[in-house]
Amino acid sequence: MTTTPTRHLYDVVVIGAGGAGLRAAIEARLAGKKTAIISKSLFGKAHTVMAEGGAAAAMGNANSRDNWMVHFRDTMRGGKFLNNFRMAELHAKEAPERIWELETYGALFDRTKDGKISQRNFGGHEYPRLAHVGDRTGLELIRTLQQKIVSLQQEDFAATGSYDARIRVFQETTITELMLDGDRVAGAFGYDRESGDLLLFEAPAVVLATGGVGRSYKVTSNSWEYTGDGHALALRAGATLINMEFLQFHPTGMVWPPSVKGILVTESVRGDGGVLRNSEGKRFMFEYVPDVFRKQYAETEEEADRWYTDPDDNRRPPELLPRDEVARAINSEVKAGRGSPAGGVFLDISTRLPAEQIIRRLPSMHHQFKELADVDITKEPMEVGPTCHYVMGGVEVDPDSGAAFGSVQGLFAAGEVSGGMHGSNRLGGNSLSDLLVFGKRAGEHAAAYLDALPSRPKVSRVDVAAATEVALAPLARADGENPYTLQQDLQAVMGDLVGIIRREGELSDALKRLHEIRLRVATVAVGGGRRYNPGWHLALDLRNMLVVSECTAKAALEREESRGGHTREDFPKMSPQWRRVNLVCSLDEGGQVHLERKPVPAMRPELFDLFERSELAKYLTDEELGEE
Amino acid sequence: MKRHFRVWRGDSSGGDLEDFDVEVNEGEVVLDVIHRLQATQTPDLACRWNCKAGKCGSCSMEINGMPRLGCMTRMSTFTADETVTITPLRTFPVIRDLVTDVSFNYEKARETPAFAPPAGVAPGEYRMQQVDVERSQEFRKCIECFLCQNTCHVVRDHEENKEAFAGPRFFIRAAELDMHPLDARTDRKQHAQQGQGLGFCNITKCCTEVCPEHIKITDNAIIPMKERVVDRRYDPLVRLGRKIFRRDQLEAAGESVPRATPATAETPSGRRLPESPALGPDGRLDIAELSAPIQGGPSPFGEDITFPLPPERVTYHHPDPS
Repeated sequence: MTTTPTRHLYDVVVIGAGGAGLRAAIEARLAGKKTAIISKSLFGKAHTVMAEGGAAAAMGNANSRDNWMVHFRDTMRGGKFLNNFRMAELHAKEAPERIWELETYGALFDRTKDGKISQRNFGGHEYPRLAHVGDRTGLELIRTLQQKIVSLQQEDFAATGSYDARIRVFQETTITELMLDGDRVAGAFGYDRESGDLLLFEAPAVVLATGGVGRSYKVTSNSWEYTGDGHALALRAGATLINMEFLQFHPTGMVWPPSVKGILVTESVRGDGGVLRNSEGKRFMFEYVPDVFRKQYAETEEEADRWYTDPDDNRRPPELLPRDEVARAINSEVKAGRGSPAGGVFLDISTRLPAEQIIRRLPSMHHQFKELADVDITKEPMEVGPTCHYVMGGVEVDPDSGAAFGSVQGLFAAGEVSGGMHGSNRLGGNSLSDLLVFGKRAGEHAAAYLDALPSRPKVSRVDVAAATEVALAPLARADGENPYTLQQDLQAVMGDLVGIIRREGELSDALKRLHEIRLRVATVAVGGGRRYNPGWHLALDLRNMLVVSECTAKAALEREESRGGHTREDFPKMSPQWRRVNLVCSLDEGGQVHLERKPVPAMRPELFDLFERSELAKYLTDEELGEE
Repeated sequence: MKRHFRVWRGDSSGGDLEDFDVEVNEGEVVLDVIHRLQATQTPDLACRWNCKAGKCGSCSMEINGMPRLGCMTRMSTFTADETVTITPLRTFPVIRDLVTDVSFNYEKARETPAFAPPAGVAPGEYRMQQVDVERSQEFRKCIECFLCQNTCHVVRDHEENKEAFAGPRFFIRAAELDMHPLDARTDRKQHAQQGQGLGFCNITKCCTEVCPEHIKITDNAIIPMKERVVDRRYDPLVRLGRKIFRRDQLEAAGESVPRATPATAETPSGRRLPESPALGPDGRLDIAELSAPIQGGPSPFGEDITFPLPPERVTYHHPDPS
């Protein structure tokens, strides 16, 4: 088999074929750029399909009092004010347009009585805000974008006789390295899974849309693709990562049976009336409402139950607190010995809604439990517990353009792989709208970057040879570490030592162990050939998982407070001083993770004024409040 | 507990079933067992998977001869000493082990005309009633696992039909757009009949049977599409009207008038296409067929077969790559 990569020339290469990647590719193609989409799986299988609840956008269809300012406030509160305010602002302002646009691509959302897009309640959102299709909104989104790309290809076919003339999907293709010319992106190097052939994409602009890092954890809702590829590619190309200590553990993952451990139970179950109970049958969430949220949440079961039918005159049930709060509460109940047999708690909708309504409102949950766990959710409660779900941290980007910070130019990032938008904790429903808003922006600005570029950067042969050697090394070694064992060891370190609740000693220990695993990853060996060899693919992914895990562990050790998706048992309080600090990771010349502190950008005054001073006082330092 | 498995291994040049004894724990599914095989015995065993929750449609395979999703097939559905035989999808060319080349489906997707937005309706101004969108939403549940495409006997073991036949996945796509309240195109049915080879389908309902999303492919998409095509093409008044208005065009294009009998058309190569079931005098499908003791007509696997097959009867031979 040849070691010479096949060359492809494009204007924009989008790495990742989930929502953000497809939306970026559509925009780049509409701007007239020849665009390649790199999909690690088959086209249309991306992890976006797993998103259930919906896409948050302040369209005001369900409650006319909703608008972008309310959405902005909710997002900032959810993220504990660590969010990049400009990203949260753009997101809240542009989300409705992005959703409406999907309808022109053929999306069919659920409707209100007057024929508009229906919007549902979700944790942390003040008004019903999530555009949805039952509980399979992610599938609708990915299929809609996939079909829009096909329709663009049909236009190109009519114009040129080739479907692939202006936008082409490279299915089952993985990028292992970005190619640089000085500081400029010159292309991307990778392999085709099906054939094992090496590929070289020569392109002056690359959009990263590779999603998250969940496969580094034992219990995760994420698929095998989520190995932090984009994070690692960005680091190695000279870009920086921020907020890597913030991982969202979704409070309700399935805990039984073992085969589906980690798989998500949508928050809509709670939004539609589901309640959490411990083994004593107690609805325990009322005891876990933190002070900052006390004003917005009900104090009695009666008030909470009234809210479902009369949200204007009652406060929300505490089951709908932001995800980090609910995850921590479940964790505490289980630790206190009040958990379910499989080590979770009970989520019950069966006693709350008639069976017929459960099936209509939560069809895929009903289906999922019936088929995977042999549990009928209309008759019995589910067993649920926290599962690693989303990484808030990611590539540090310019909020308006999605261009990566650091030394590299021509690199853009959108969706889960980018950082800043969600601060320390993401609200449910904000990821689908995030990837549409910033996917579009990244595609648009990648195209604009190209227009301003004086000359096309060149890929160096030396770099290609080096990337080839790295890619083929695991196959060349006669014997060495088994990649599956290494992955399990890595998952054990991250799950046990860098999990939901973190401690200084464990984090230092984790860093030591990660260093040992790094040495072992360098000697990983796999048998078999290059054609569709999952052992080889995992061996290459390990490198990325490892460096990203190091960033997470390092940042988690550094940040001495508890905030959103980062809980330190030894520093249980949220600190206004730490709110002003972003932790930024980069790689030094030796490939070691380097961590530094950078100030969080200060909010513009008119955005500041959207909040009551008493609320800001809970998060901000006196000094910051005094400046106003 | 150790269980016995037979897994097809090989590539386009050939292969065979290999025997494995694997540990199986309570509550596991077939895909878990494949992952355990990869981690302990065969690190290079090729198998697609993604979500492990029946939402992405990647891990399609044939388990004891039945097209299924690996992640949705619980080990508890087999008897304790039953051998589980896993083979790749038979309708598509093998790449390696359980991974097949499903590009056929992506080509057919490209040939299905996309949603046509209504003229003069701005984004944000789309108004539709829930009851109207629900019909199309059923088909948009499709996770593109391609089990229906794989099981459809029009193309299973009939490579020669692939060119003219889009398959159940794309019939529901056509039906979805046909039933979309705001789609601007009005020729979805004609396209299904003339461009997608809907006439090949003789509604044996195998596709419906294997659909993991329980989409009623035959009843809710294919039959309505067939009936409406029939209405449109065989209503004598419509036909007469067409002849009068369109004669010039038809003559200029050198086309013949649409045939009066359904789908006994001939392909360009002169090969005769499979026939649709006979239509009643009202131009609709005979209701008797739908209420027959065996739903939808003869199974492509024969009437005397029940699934799962005993392992000794699974004689899997992948068709030659040619």
